[in-house]
Amino acid sequence: MSRTLAIFKRELGGYFATPVAYVFIVIFLFVTGVFTFQLGNFFDRGQADLRPFFDFHPWLYLFLIPAISMRLWAEERKQGTIELLMTLPVPMAAAVTGKFLAAWAFAGVALALTFPIWITVNVLGDPDNGVILASYVGSLLMAGGFLAVGSCVSALTKNQVIAFVVTVVLCFGLLISGYPPVMGFFSAWAPQAVLDAVAGFSFLTHFDAISRGVIDLRDLVFFGSLIAVFLFANAVVIEQKKA
Amino acid sequence: MIETRNLVKRFGPFTAVAGVSFKVERGEVLGFLGPNGAGKSTTMKMITGFLTPTEGTAIVCGHDVTSDALAVKEKVGYLPEGAPAYPDMTPAGFLRFIAEVRGIPAEKRKARIDEVAAMVHLEGVMHQSIETLSKGYKRRVGLAQAVLHDPDVLIMDEPTDGLDPNQKHEVRALIQSMAARKAIILSTHILEEVDAVCTRAIVINRGSIVADGTPDQLRSRSRYYNAVAITIAAVSQPGAVRDEIARLPGVDEVEDAGSASGRASFTVIPKRGRTVVEEVSRHARAKGWAVDELRVEGGRLDEVFRTITAGGGGGAR
Repeated sequence: MSRTLAIFKRELGGYFATPVAYVFIVIFLFVTGVFTFQLGNFFDRGQADLRPFFDFHPWLYLFLIPAISMRLWAEERKQGTIELLMTLPVPMAAAVTGKFLAAWAFAGVALALTFPIWITVNVLGDPDNGVILASYVGSLLMAGGFLAVGSCVSALTKNQVIAFVVTVVLCFGLLISGYPPVMGFFSAWAPQAVLDAVAGFSFLTHFDAISRGVIDLRDLVFFGSLIAVFLFANAVVIEQKKA
Repeated sequence: MIETRNLVKRFGPFTAVAGVSFKVERGEVLGFLGPNGAGKSTTMKMITGFLTPTEGTAIVCGHDVTSDALAVKEKVGYLPEGAPAYPDMTPAGFLRFIAEVRGIPAEKRKARIDEVAAMVHLEGVMHQSIETLSKGYKRRVGLAQAVLHDPDVLIMDEPTDGLDPNQKHEVRALIQSMAARKAIILSTHILEEVDAVCTRAIVINRGSIVADGTPDQLRSRSRYYNAVAITIAAVSQPGAVRDEIARLPGVDEVEDAGSASGRASFTVIPKRGRTVVEEVSRHARAKGWAVDELRVEGGRLDEVFRTITAGGGGGAR
């Protein structure tokens, strides 16, 4: 446990040791602002909720989360520090979760810094803060899902750009798996059970469900197991690719 | 304290290490020699638990690396090739991280980090990011990391590679100062290093051990072992002198070591297992040659190295 914590601290510190963290946070806040106010018509809708704010999160994460996750393992490989890390007395699970949790915590910090918009909506009107809290939880879970995918992909390569691009593509697939292009691809030949399974993988569906204010156990299990599966795959990939 | 049993590592069809077995006890400094791609690094990576052996195993302090890698990793201090470290961190932050992972109690951490930093002379750069440090300092950070938990077993892959002569000397002195209390393995292709720090050397070629012994034993395998270097002044016909020496009973061969303008220099190679210095000097006295220099050679490690690894090289690291 203390080892996971040591890895976590080092990794999280790594984000803030370079300008990466600050650039990321500023851009994240700026873009959420643009989307919410310009594209989402936050004011014109005349409703005291954060719907326009959260609706854009999946698309924002599609590009910003891979930017956080791409360095996780690719950088270790590139710098050769993976050999150092893997010869320290750290169980593989501790290394993988420590790094993942650091990236997730960082995403959480960026997300938490959007709090002014929550204050704004509370000043302007009388929103349902329960729904907003649920949406924040949903957003964070979705970020975790993206990060687990990204972490796993990052372990496959020493090139961060490749890690970024592949993660974006994979996440895009997961995001829209319940929607026409993907469903059209499968519906021509796959049985209904497969169609349902594929549709069940859609981040959008699960995120929408949570951001309506209903934290359903099924959605929690979905994101939880997705994270677990990809982190497990992450560990397997590292074990296989050390040589 | 370290024992490898028939270690084998294959990468697909390529065999990097083909059955390496040896033992290293406390107080020993084992030098790993061999051409690039001979399997030195791969062997070390298997002992430290980074790579899983295809066959065989390594036992470190009683722990089997194939079944209890974590226990092995706790006992071992390892300096990987090129001394990798996180470039964004400072040595202070980096060593603190290592101390945390190594489970050094919080109240002892600072004292231990300061002690090790002083040992490898890092004091001046502790708060500067590692990427801005010179190669020598980076290497020292790697060394500090490896010895931070005062391990019983220390494994270093080319610890002095790329350092200047002063830095090499410092690193060697550091290794020597720790040698008595630990079992140490280091790889190198600098042969003088073997003489400087190693109590024993193993030469690896194409994944197999081709020689194992003290530096002196290795040197005795040289054809130059007990050879006599002789320089004679005022010689009109070096060729004739050379033939004369070559006819002495104990002499196998005489090599010209740069004769010029009335001076003749030869290396007299004895027949295997014989010494010829007495014979040569007696003959020179009898002939009344003006001997400028007469010296017995201890054997040349580089020559031994080349002979036993000839035709090797190539392959992946």
